[in-house]
Amino acid sequence: MSDLDRVLVLAGGLSYEREVSLHSGRRVVDALRTIGVEAELADVDPGLLPALTADPPSAIFIALHGATGEDGAIRDVLDLMGLPYVGSDAAACRLAFDKPSAKAAVRAAGLLTPGSVALPHATFRELGASVVLDRIVERLGLPLMVKPARGGSALGAGVVRTREELPSAMVGCFSYGEVALVEAFVTGVEVAVSVIDTGSGPVALPATEITPLEGAFDYAARYTAGMTEYHCPARLTPEEASAAADAALTAHRALGLRDLSRTDLIVADGVAHFLEVNVSPGMTETSLLPLSADAADIDLGTLCRDLLQQAAGRA
Amino acid sequence: MSVPTPATGGSSPTGVPPAAGSANRLDPYVDRYAARTRGMTASEIRALFAVASRPEVVSLAGGMPYLAALPMNAIADMIGELTARTGVTALQYGSGQGNPVLREAICQVMALEGIQAGPDDVVVTVGSQQALDLVTRIFCDPGDVVLAEAPSYVGALGTFASYQVDVVHVPLDDDGLVPGALQEAIDRLAREGRRAKFLYTVPNYHNPAGVSLALERRREISRICQAANLLILEDNPYGLLGFDGDPLPALRAEQEDGIIYLGSFSKTFASGLRVGWALAPRGVKEKLVLAAEASVLCPPSYTQAIVAEYLATQPWQQQIKVYREIYRERRDAMLSSLEQLLPATCTWTKPTGGFYVWATLPEGVDAKAMLPRAVQARVAYVPGIAFYADGGGAGHMRLSYCYPDPDRIHEGVRRLAGVLEEEMELLETFGVQPPPAGLMPGPAQPTSASAPGPDLS
Repeated sequence: MSDLDRVLVLAGGLSYEREVSLHSGRRVVDALRTIGVEAELADVDPGLLPALTADPPSAIFIALHGATGEDGAIRDVLDLMGLPYVGSDAAACRLAFDKPSAKAAVRAAGLLTPGSVALPHATFRELGASVVLDRIVERLGLPLMVKPARGGSALGAGVVRTREELPSAMVGCFSYGEVALVEAFVTGVEVAVSVIDTGSGPVALPATEITPLEGAFDYAARYTAGMTEYHCPARLTPEEASAAADAALTAHRALGLRDLSRTDLIVADGVAHFLEVNVSPGMTETSLLPLSADAADIDLGTLCRDLLQQAAGRA
Repeated sequence: MSVPTPATGGSSPTGVPPAAGSANRLDPYVDRYAARTRGMTASEIRALFAVASRPEVVSLAGGMPYLAALPMNAIADMIGELTARTGVTALQYGSGQGNPVLREAICQVMALEGIQAGPDDVVVTVGSQQALDLVTRIFCDPGDVVLAEAPSYVGALGTFASYQVDVVHVPLDDDGLVPGALQEAIDRLAREGRRAKFLYTVPNYHNPAGVSLALERRREISRICQAANLLILEDNPYGLLGFDGDPLPALRAEQEDGIIYLGSFSKTFASGLRVGWALAPRGVKEKLVLAAEASVLCPPSYTQAIVAEYLATQPWQQQIKVYREIYRERRDAMLSSLEQLLPATCTWTKPTGGFYVWATLPEGVDAKAMLPRAVQARVAYVPGIAFYADGGGAGHMRLSYCYPDPDRIHEGVRRLAGVLEEEMELLETFGVQPPPAGLMPGPAQPTSASAPGPDLS
């Protein structure tokens, strides 16, 4: 593994998840400094590239969430500059960040994923929303999950229990993105499985089970400590836990991901259903990857350092 | 040291995971918090304002005064000299009621709005926000009723929420609080066997509505409140920032009893000093001082000394004129841009002072739902629901013109117009009509979580 002189943690940016990203970035910086790694936080703004050129870091940890950070864009730019970074390359990110594409890829790899349709706003305008929504409900049933095809933190996402709720959920979703993913709602145990690879192949960390105490696992429930109950490891049978871990590893491999990822799943009747994957998992105090690492007795700073060293070695 | 291989997962040699973890809510203190913290949660809207703080975004959301208009060198000299001369007292604890010299000067400031008062009736506070907090603290038990305009200042609603006060809104129109509606609200409460502890009102250059209480309504509001034995909490931070002629008279100018007046140097001098005040009837004042001492011992001596020195030695009235001219020019830019760019189905108030325009959106448009689209288009505003305690306000937004320069204001409104057009197209596609105000459930978030923090420009 390479020595780390100085590392940079990218956080902030202009995505809707800027605030979450800043929390993630600060936590990674703290965790690295605690174990003696010199780490600095940097925003993605016009000052970034000149600073990277003038004083290139040993490696970069991308704690950006949402567009730019997860859609491959910033990784393409870092590749152009020849700077090593933790995480998947741009091509894999482009595939994974687009939920419909990711679902298709993991389905081809043998995973189950809820039936869904992804449509841009323009389609509803051209064909008439009502008839299209009727067909969606006929085909996928109720309840439904509506979420932007790209993006995270449950922003613009909502559960729809009746046909009447569907139009306003679509409007809420299109406020956050041009394409809406409407998915059959699978009832079961909601878990997140983080996958890390520090050199000896991808390994699944213990699944974290998510139980919002009131209503849905929405933005407030995600980022307000106390509003959601987590169990890590999840309350699954050994067979279910194994199925969840296998699903996350399959998704990680099928999408060509590198270093770390987090796969969100619903476990129902002993089967894991793939919902989505995150190429830049949240690292905040209420995020799931750090919880899983903790349950596996893995120090977050050490994990980040190992991943950074591995990235530096790729340079 | 490297990461040990985890003991579980599909790749584990045994394939047997460890026992399930115990329930973790991430905050070990979560079962111990007071009931009043219930609404203190992370908010999607707050997250969007984090993006609005980037320079790419034209923020019409914040309420930061344009402090670049201050003569910084003169103020630096003044503060340096003040510290050298009076540091031993200026950096020491002070009286809970506040610096007596400053309280004298505050009386002269209030005289500009027609208020006659003595320094002993003034309590200096940490911004007028602390005065709001103290007044609510000494008057309101959980479940008590406070009357407030619809819409109302979000910071006051946040304070009322933190004391678990039940806010009953009273409509306002282009001439401010509607007297008939106030009377109706008082009567309705009486029929329900309830009585409001006070009426909270911002008569001049309202935040967020941008309107002022018409002169002919002032006596009527006072009369209604006196007849109902209802205390008035008059909040007047923008009173000296009118664009036309003399300052509007304060309600307190006409009525000494039954009224608590709040003032602030945040807009007329500097918001970061956090110096405001309450002018209260004698008994109330005594309670406010004791409550203040229990809260902060005394307001910061140093910033009080700075304000007192500023008022004594600097051309502060001239500075207020400078501020007024800047804000007038920006108000003009805002109004002309709105006129030029927004669809005819939008309406908005025409402020004659202060910082804000209140816009009413075409039917069906929900300003909160539209905010992500606006942020994506690099413009921000505060959705109307932030200013209602009862879930109302969906079809409105507050636009501030205090911080961006006229060109940026025009650009912001241009972006907003594009966002609005897209949103209307979307609503047309899906035929969505939000339920009418009043029938909506209370906000899922406390109102304060729907507004930006104080440090957004």
